[in-house]
Amino acid sequence: MSDTTHNTPLVELRDISIAFGGIKAVDHASTDLFPGEVVALVGHNGAGKSTLIKILSGAYKRDSGKIFINGEEAQIENPRDAKRYGIETIYQTLAVADNVDAAANLYLGRELQTAWGTLDDIAMEAEARKVMGRLNPNFQRFKEPVSKLSGGQRQSVAIARAILFNARILIMDEPTAALGPQETEQVGDLIKQLKKEGIGIFLISHDIHDIFDLADRVTVMKNGQVVGYAKTSDVTKDEVLGMIIMGKCPPGAIPGPGALQTA
Amino acid sequence: MREDGGVLVNQSTTKTTTGAGRVDREGLFIRFMRATEVDVRLLGMIAALLTIWVGFHLYGELVLGRGSFLTARNIWNLSVQTASIGVMATGMVLVIVTRHIDLSVGSILGFCAMMMAIIQVWILPEYLGLGHPLIWIIAVVSGLLIGALIGGFHGYLVAYLGIPAFIVTLGGLLVWRGAAFLLARGETISPVDSTFSLLGGGPYGSIGSTGSWVVGILICIGIVALMLVGRRQRQRYDFPLRPMWAEIFLGLVGCGVTVGFVMLVNSYPWPIGIVRQYAAANNLETPVKEIFISHGFAIPVLILIAVGIAMTFLTSRTRFGRYVFAIGGNPEAAELAGINTRWVTVKIFALMGFLCGLSAVIASARLNSATNNLGTLDELYVIAAAVIGGTSFAGGVGTIYGAVLGAIVMQSLQTGMVLIGFDAAIQQMVVGGVLVFAVWIDTMYRARAK
Repeated sequence: MSDTTHNTPLVELRDISIAFGGIKAVDHASTDLFPGEVVALVGHNGAGKSTLIKILSGAYKRDSGKIFINGEEAQIENPRDAKRYGIETIYQTLAVADNVDAAANLYLGRELQTAWGTLDDIAMEAEARKVMGRLNPNFQRFKEPVSKLSGGQRQSVAIARAILFNARILIMDEPTAALGPQETEQVGDLIKQLKKEGIGIFLISHDIHDIFDLADRVTVMKNGQVVGYAKTSDVTKDEVLGMIIMGKCPPGAIPGPGALQTA
Repeated sequence: MREDGGVLVNQSTTKTTTGAGRVDREGLFIRFMRATEVDVRLLGMIAALLTIWVGFHLYGELVLGRGSFLTARNIWNLSVQTASIGVMATGMVLVIVTRHIDLSVGSILGFCAMMMAIIQVWILPEYLGLGHPLIWIIAVVSGLLIGALIGGFHGYLVAYLGIPAFIVTLGGLLVWRGAAFLLARGETISPVDSTFSLLGGGPYGSIGSTGSWVVGILICIGIVALMLVGRRQRQRYDFPLRPMWAEIFLGLVGCGVTVGFVMLVNSYPWPIGIVRQYAAANNLETPVKEIFISHGFAIPVLILIAVGIAMTFLTSRTRFGRYVFAIGGNPEAAELAGINTRWVTVKIFALMGFLCGLSAVIASARLNSATNNLGTLDELYVIAAAVIGGTSFAGGVGTIYGAVLGAIVMQSLQTGMVLIGFDAAIQQMVVGGVLVFAVWIDTMYRARAK
């Protein structure tokens, strides 16, 4: 897959398949991710990107295939397992609990507790103010349920939750879909900053400019199969579009099982 | 329980505040609400409750020539009658918040009551002897345990087998009622253990004047302590504080209501017959007419207060409570956040069952017997109490104090109609109408809040 095989990848998805009612949503797909690297997963709607990534984050159970974290096989059956491996996910649907406030969402499932075993809301809110201050300095609505927030604000809550727990592997499924240009830029800066900290990031995006701006490599999917892998420095935007639309692998890319067979 | 008294003080203060400055009335009111952080819904419910109370009293006063609603005796009885429904309503909040329903609570109550009666009347006296002090403890513990197990079983069917809660508990409604009938072959088991029967209230099942003062003062200390701790916490993290006047106002309201309620239950004396019995048993020389023995808090009311506090703590201060509300708001997000939603569901239903067991203790102790129809239709009153108290069927929204207030509203309607001599048939119709009306008001409120 990748040509940087001399060290072990942070994540390796090997031969993953899953079917929903006879439809092969992901069909023997493989990809990998190294520390401090951004790998973009691209493809049409329904190409299987989100499904593949949900298998890594534990939201779906794969039918076959293996997941390796730091070269060791990982058992990921549910979201809790994934979090134990340091995998944090920002979902396309955001997946925030609408009726509780930002701090409660940031710590959902991992609440801070006092010595008495009760929730330490004040400490959580203080911590939330710090994280959100870094991410979105304008954010002030800590007391309100998340349902009252704007799309961009909800997005920042979802992102803050992912980075709060020192994730090693970050999955971002369309992280900028609900954002304005300024907020999108902030997310871009954030991704670059996280990269420097050595976090590996899987990025799902439809925006080809974002991808070339942020990602080191792309994995292109079509109809549940991997068309090919490429370094963003080795291919052009048009070539990647060609992979997405026609499944045609350019010379700069390594073809996968889904590549168009050129006779 | 202290909410119902608090109503009076709270309401009158609001009125004077709003009346004082007509011009900036709205400004003042909003400022008052913001400073005290009092919920508008809470005020609305309190107003509704007051209207019901005063309405029934005035109706009695004007039409029947004798207002009997706002008397120490009636309020005391009302508080005891509310206990059983109120206890279950606090659990129903959690069930409805997570978008489930429990139709089986009345039947679980009946089944637990029957089991406890069998244990303490048919089984234990044979081994321990009649009136053994362990009997009531074993009976209560087994009743609570049976309730929790049944609830947990329902929760398992809902969470792990994916059967809708409506169906599981509809089945439970029939199954446990039938099981209770089979257990006792349809008999009424009576009388229950004499210590056990104290848990149902009555003159002997109340803690008297001194005890009530102790409880009241403890509650006041608790209110003040909570406010101090809260204020210190906010200071520590530099969060905005309530203005001092608002803190003092809330503290005074809380303590005032508590003290008022203590005085109320203490002003209701034992009936003359019981006093005579008591005087004879204790060889008192004083003429019976001159003896004034206060009821004080009835034990079921104390149970309800304790359950209310415990459940409020559980929902607002623990992980479990946080998860319940997160699941109610967005079940998928909760699952993705790593919450074991299925296990939480089992725990919610088990807790509901446990509270049914507790209500079974109160209800059967109050009647001094376990009858086959104990708790019939309770599920509807419990659901109504939770919903009137602001628990939303859309999930994710609901409060414990609201449910307790809702239970008081339901019971007030019921009691009031009995006092002014309405038919059972009319009572049912009114209760049904009020339920629909309350939910309509709630829907409108939410639509406007958006």
